[in-house]
Formats: sequence, C-alpha cells, structure tokens
Amino acid sequence: MSLLSITQLKVHFPTQDGIVKAVNTIDLEIANNERLGLIGETGCGKTVLGMSIIRLLPPSTTIEGEIRYKGNDLLKLTEKEIRKIRGKEIAMILQNPTTSLNPVLKVGDQIAEAIKLHQGLDRRAAKAKAVEMLEAVKIPDATKRANEYPHQFSGGMKERAMIAMGLACDPAMIIADEPTKGLDVTVKKQIVKLMKEVTTQKTMLFITHDLGVAAEICDNITVMYAGELMEYANTEAIFKNPMHPYTQGFLNSLPSMGLKAIKGMSPSLIDLPSGCRFHPRCDFADAKCRTEHPELIEVEKSHYARCFQYA
Amino acid sequence: MKQRSDSRFISFVAQFKQNRAALAGATIVLLLVFVTLFAPQLSPHDPIKACLDERLTAPCMEYPFGTDQLGRCIFSRVLYGSRVSLSVGLIVVGIAATIGVVLGIISGYCGGVPDEIIMRLVDAMLAFPSLFLALAIAGILGAGFINVILAITVVEWTRYARVMRGSILSVKENYYVEAAKSLGASDFYIVTRHIVPNAITPIIVVATLGIATVILAAASLGFLGFGVQPPTPEWGMMLNDGRLFMRRAPWLMIFPGLAIMITILAFNLLGDGLRDAWDPRLRERRRER
Repeated sequence: MSLLSITQLKVHFPTQDGIVKAVNTIDLEIANNERLGLIGETGCGKTVLGMSIIRLLPPSTTIEGEIRYKGNDLLKLTEKEIRKIRGKEIAMILQNPTTSLNPVLKVGDQIAEAIKLHQGLDRRAAKAKAVEMLEAVKIPDATKRANEYPHQFSGGMKERAMIAMGLACDPAMIIADEPTKGLDVTVKKQIVKLMKEVTTQKTMLFITHDLGVAAEICDNITVMYAGELMEYANTEAIFKNPMHPYTQGFLNSLPSMGLKAIKGMSPSLIDLPSGCRFHPRCDFADAKCRTEHPELIEVEKSHYARCFQYA
Repeated sequence: MKQRSDSRFISFVAQFKQNRAALAGATIVLLLVFVTLFAPQLSPHDPIKACLDERLTAPCMEYPFGTDQLGRCIFSRVLYGSRVSLSVGLIVVGIAATIGVVLGIISGYCGGVPDEIIMRLVDAMLAFPSLFLALAIAGILGAGFINVILAITVVEWTRYARVMRGSILSVKENYYVEAAKSLGASDFYIVTRHIVPNAITPIIVVATLGIATVILAAASLGFLGFGVQPPTPEWGMMLNDGRLFMRRAPWLMIFPGLAIMITILAFNLLGDGLRDAWDPRLRERRRER
C-alpha cells in the first residue's frame, strides 16, 4: 500500500496579475520506502507540490483534492494536528542551506528544537541527540560543531546540518527540495551520497531539476511541467526510454547529451497554453495537441506518459 | 574557537570603538548615570533649600553655577534634575518600547485585519503633532511625574510599533522560519525563538535615540508647567523659572539649558554610533555621499 497518495490535487494562488495555477490535477502515489524523484524546470510547480503536502503554503492559497498519508487526509487536519505531522512523520529539507538556518542560534540548538518539540526530551538529552544527528550526517568533531553558529559552517556543512534537522525525529517520509542547489560539484557528490545512505529505510519525495542527482538517488522519477505530471516511470526507463517529448528534450539538454536546449520558454502558470501544455515548444505537435488535452496513460507496464503519440 | 564564535560581537565592538563621537556619547551617558545615582553625594548644597541672602549669586567657588531667585544652588539643582530627566527617559522608553514591540510583532507577523487596525491606529497617532498631543494629555491629567510619563508614552509607542513591524516583515520571509514551520514549530515558538531575536536590533537603536526625544519632551512639558511640580528640581522648569531673570542672571538658564543639550546630544551620538556599528554598510554609504 502506498504511504502517501495524492488525488486530483489542484493548488492555485490568487495574485494581482491573476490566478497562478501551480498544481493542476495531479495524481501521485508514493509507496513505503520508495524514493521518488520529482523533476522539472524552475517554476513548474514542483516546490509548491512538495509544500502543499505538509501545508506550508500561505493561507490565501486554494487547495483542492486529497493528500492521504497513512489513510488520513492531510488537507482536512486542524493546524494543531498538522503540526504533529510536520517534522515527526513528514519532514522537509528545504533548499538554500545558507538561509535556512537561523543565524543567531547555535546549529546544535536548532537541531535540538525539533527533537524537544516532538520527542519530549529535555534540553540536555535533545542536545546530545542533536550531536548524534550531526555525527550521522558525517560532520567531523560534532560535539564542538554543535556549539557553533551557522556562519561558521561551509555551504556543504550547512546542507548536512539541514539534513540532520530533517532526520532528527526519525520521520517516515522526507520531502527534499533541491538539497543540492547552489553546492559545487564535489560537495554535491558528497551530499548525494549522504542523502542516499540516510534514506535507505525511508520514503522520500526528492524534488530537483538535476537529472543526474535524481538518477543517483531515486527509484522512480516523475516529470512535471506547467503544474502537471508528464511522465512517470522507474529511473532506468526514464533514462533509457523517455516517452514524452518534454522528457526527451530535458535529457537532451544535459551537458553529457550535448546541451541542446528545449526551444521556447516555460509557460506562465497564470496563462496556461490550451490543449497539451507542452505543445508550443513541442517538435511533434499537431492540430490535436493545440486543442485537446491529453491524459496520463500507461503506455508500458508502470510507465506513464501524457502525450497523444501513445493514445 | 571562542574568538570565532563571538566574531559578530567583536566586529560590533571594533566598529563602535572606531567611532569617536559615539564613544564620547557613551562616556557622557555613563557620566550622567553616575551623576544621577550619586547626586546627593556630589551636590555641595541642598537643592531645595532656599537661602534668600544669597539669591541670584553669580557663579563662584561656593556656588559653581550660581544661585537662583530663591538662593538655591543651581549646580545641585542641575545634578538632581538629571534624576527626573533620566528616569522619565528610561521609564517612558521602557513602557513605550514594550507596547510598541508587542503590537509591532502582532501587526507584522499576523498581517491582515490585526495589522490594519494597529497600523491605522499608529497613523492616527502620528497625525497629531506629538508635543501638542502630549501637552493635551498632560493638561487633562494634570501635572506630575506619573502623568508626564503617561502623556509621553501615549505618543512615543508608535515609532517602536512601526520599526518592529517592518523588521518582522523582513525577518519572517527567511527560510529558517519556513524550516522551523516544516519541523512542526508553533507560531508562538517561531516568533519568540526565531523571529524576535533576529528583528530586535533596530529597536535598540531607536530606543537609544528615543530616550533623547523623551527627555526633550519631558523638559518641554516642564518648561510649560506640566511637568514635575516644585520644589523638585527639573531642567525644563528651571529654564522657565530663569526666564524672568535672563538679563540680570543668565546662569539661571544657561546651565539647565546646557544640561539638556548635552544629555540629548550624548544619547543621539550613542544611538547613531550603535546604528553604524550594527550596520557598517550604512556608514559606508554615508561616507561616499
């Protein structure tokens, strides 16, 4: 049975320029101990999807649909109930390690916070646990480091501390939002390795625009474009047999594949294209693509794509 | 390692030390505090004891600042007067900053309706010229120490509310606030532990500068007769008393006037110095200009 199942999820924000349709009718299942990669360009709604799971979006957002975690609809919980889910059941590791740590709190104390909150440990026990967590994410000299402030940490160490914070209460599920963003290549490699190690027994939604990183970590990958899922398959199938023209374009744009950019710009989420969302940039688009909206269909076993080529 | 972990504080102190004006301000403020605490020991005479034989004596060895129309020692009165000024300054700023900070937090963090209500109230308060409002309130309540404090507090809290709100608005957008939320922290916890410690610095600067404003306002009320009542020595009231003898005995006005000026200058220098030390970029910018 799946740990988290999202059905018919729509997330819209009202803004001065119009309604931003960040997530449009998404269905997604994440099984226990599955590591699912959510891939897409900047601004396709992937972070919003991640944040909507633990309801971190501003109150003006309209959310429709269901997000069931262990059978309970998270969207129907009260504020107090969802706070008990956050961090304890589902933890989020945010992007921007440099700004995700409070500059006036010692790193160890920040990690200890979540532990105190959910496990009812006292200050000293929580701090000891925090040091343990820093050790778990391979920060050398953890006892000393726990008493330092974030500005004394390097970028990679801050990211490690963020991961330690996310894992502190041993959550069943982790939503990692571009944990490798802004890190240089060697540090990125270490973080990827660490993420892989610490999540072996966990369920994870791994949000990234970095296909290489996703390939390293994830069991399955789903590709998001303009608030919709375009393709879903296991990692190998995505790389060996990408079905959707967008996925193909995305793979071709990798440096190792020759850096061929997809033409055009990603669409505005306020004014979405008619028909298939990708048709203005698609080499295979025909009249049908412009007017009719394709459904996500199972083309091969467990390999889904949203394209009329396979209809 | 210890050194590194305190590097922010050290750079703050280093910045502050370089600023001579701020150091002078800090020294005078410390001196004032000393004078206030030890006024009885430092005063050569009883500040309220009239000695009609010696009235309107020019400054001399016996009376360094001269005597007033009742023969009271002006030096002793100026020393004692610092008690009223400084305590009004500290008490008003303490109360006003507390009220302002709390309302500013509510306004900035909650937003929406509470924000509208509080900020419109602030706007309404700011629409009055502040001294006139304080004067009106003091007029209604009557003169006296407590009433002066009330009257000035009513007009002073607004600046703290505004500054705190602005500060909160910028701090609450930080990712660590979201990170804390994503780990299940409550609003109260986030505000007290994450937001306020990062947002409070400007308040310290505003409060230091605010003490100067309050002392001036208190002296103005005293001058107009709404302040502390005689015989308690108070700088503003001394100025008013001296007005009649301005030509014959200018020292009646010169010394309390100087006391007010130096006090306000000292707090302003200190406040500016604190601000520059906390935000070196600001100083660079000003220097370029």
